[in-house]
Amino acid sequence: MYRYDEFDRRFLEERVAQYRDQVRRRLAGQLSEDEFRLLRLMNGLYLQLHAYMLRIAIPYGTLSPEKLRRLARIARRYDRGYGHFTTRQNIQFNWIKLEETPDILAELAEIEMHSIQTSGNCIRNTTADPFAGVAADEIEDPRPYCEIIRQWSTLHPEFSFLPRKFKIAVSGAAEDRAAVRVHDIGLYIRRNEAGEVGFEVLVGGGLGRTPIIGKTIRPFLPEAQLLPYLEAILRVYNAFGRRDNLYKSRIKILVQALGIEKMRDAVETEFAAMSESPLTLPDETIAAIAAHFAPPAYDAPAAEDEAVLGLALATTPALARWVERNTAPHRAPGHAIVTVSLKPPGRPPGDCSATQMELLAELAETYSHGEIRVTYEQNLVLPHVRRSDLPELWRRLGEAGLATANAGLASDIIACPGLDYCSLANARSIPIAERLSRHLAARDHEIGKLHIKISGCINACGHHHVGHIGILGVDKNGVEFYQITVGGSANENAALGAIIGPAVPSAEVTRAIDALIEVYLRLRRQGELFPETCRRVGLAPFKEALYAPA
Amino acid sequence: MPLLKDGRIVEDPWRHLDDAESLPDGQVATVSLRRWTAEREALSRRPGRLGLRLPNDASPLALADDLASFDLVTLAFPRFTDGRAYSQARLLRARLGFRGELRATGNVLRDQLLFMRRCGIDAFEVGDRALAEDWPRALRELDLFYQPAEDGHPWIARQRALAG
Repeated sequence: MYRYDEFDRRFLEERVAQYRDQVRRRLAGQLSEDEFRLLRLMNGLYLQLHAYMLRIAIPYGTLSPEKLRRLARIARRYDRGYGHFTTRQNIQFNWIKLEETPDILAELAEIEMHSIQTSGNCIRNTTADPFAGVAADEIEDPRPYCEIIRQWSTLHPEFSFLPRKFKIAVSGAAEDRAAVRVHDIGLYIRRNEAGEVGFEVLVGGGLGRTPIIGKTIRPFLPEAQLLPYLEAILRVYNAFGRRDNLYKSRIKILVQALGIEKMRDAVETEFAAMSESPLTLPDETIAAIAAHFAPPAYDAPAAEDEAVLGLALATTPALARWVERNTAPHRAPGHAIVTVSLKPPGRPPGDCSATQMELLAELAETYSHGEIRVTYEQNLVLPHVRRSDLPELWRRLGEAGLATANAGLASDIIACPGLDYCSLANARSIPIAERLSRHLAARDHEIGKLHIKISGCINACGHHHVGHIGILGVDKNGVEFYQITVGGSANENAALGAIIGPAVPSAEVTRAIDALIEVYLRLRRQGELFPETCRRVGLAPFKEALYAPA
Repeated sequence: MPLLKDGRIVEDPWRHLDDAESLPDGQVATVSLRRWTAEREALSRRPGRLGLRLPNDASPLALADDLASFDLVTLAFPRFTDGRAYSQARLLRARLGFRGELRATGNVLRDQLLFMRRCGIDAFEVGDRALAEDWPRALRELDLFYQPAEDGHPWIARQRALAG
């Protein structure tokens, strides 16, 4: 895990002092709300329906026990005893007082965390594969590059007032677990024929009102050129991105208007002019950052490990289900990657209490070499668990309501905060997610892998466009309706879901999802996922089932 | 309008001429890009200091051959959220080597000054003189930066390398 050096620490102290003074000037009436708005947004502080919301950056979703314990303390001291993990691998606290925010930021700085650029029209927290460094299918660890991007983008003087927010995601594995293709810039780590590390660079992906899958602007960019190339893309966007219409100001609209060829010409011309850039990364810099992410010293698996685990699995079906659903192959022999579901049936997706955070900090120390990850699917991950420890870990998690065996299944729903918290939303999301997960939990294992994603408005924070089943809240004359899409996907074969027909009223959502699932179960072939079935059979059978008279 | 320059609030010695106003020899004045484009020949032969008002949707790269004529280029921030001129400033300094005054005009706010100076802007229009007394302090709030920029300040990766 990256540890701050003296420069990082001093920088953050200066930044906290600067923010403290900004709050002082606001409370003294020297700054208007309009002027202060920009400053608080540079520090992740939103004014929501009921209170201020503070969004804290978790760079590329990596946490230590120390950090998680501090988040628990903040939840207790400054909020209502819980936090909410987001689809950007961040955490939000929803009941914050403005005058306490400088103290919160000071508490965060002590453990090398901050809320810089978790909002505003700037480069947001860079996200990554939550299985980085441990996945069996990984080509190269994305975290060092994410850290390099984090530092470069922090208070970037040229790119802090962009036309709109700007999101970057990095994946270094065969399977895309970071939704790279729906980001403003997506980076896939590749090796060229000579075995050198570089990036396939995608640009112009995004969700929101106009969902678009990103396009490849550079098939192979040498790693040393990462920052000059990013700077070239950002400079073109800063000059030419639209500023006249909030809904047309993301880079995807610029790429769509110019076409990818003209966009590429503009970026490559700018990039060529930067050939002597001091941002070119020396090998030693990359190596020095990468050294922070060296794997822990794993215990060699003992001969009897698998036999002990096998016996436990054979005698405890609930444990066996959890191991099957919530663990993934690890690159180190005898180890597993464990997903801790924050989606118990009938609860808000992504919520975590201070008590749960503290337990997870302790379990990470005991069973996961002191590391925790956050996924964009709003779950947590213990990335380094010895397989023989799985039964005991499962038992401890279960005592705290954290052993739901539903990772990747129908009740593992992504949802934005929705109308209950968010001032932009048109409809509630969390109550729909709660209802659906309660209803679907019993059938999770029969249904298998299924990704349901819910957004409370067209801004699509719940990623509904790329859900196998997407649910979008809309307002029809003051009544909440839900528009349903099918066939979306967020992985390396990213696809946008198709709208299936007229929106349904809130009370009908569960019935509608049931109808779609019945069609899938009836028509799917062996091993076929929901979007694959959709592509093969078309929309008609789903439409028919959904809108058939009851 | 008063200016913040070299850490002090000073009066603006420049006149900013409408396109229709005459331009006497020796007058220290800025002209619009439109006027410069139309009267380049005459303006570049004229004795006296000349400034250019650059709109924020114009590419500075098109001015590569003209910059020697200007002692001042003003950049426009029509709203503080419109950040196009930050890129223009960096291009003028780093790519085109402009060494004259670069001035931020329009909706210039205290808490943007540091970003502006890092991009190479060295003079700032001040709306309210009384409020601006506190502005020089804004430029000293941070002295560690993660990027190379145009203010000649060392950046953290370089400082790390020097620290060994």
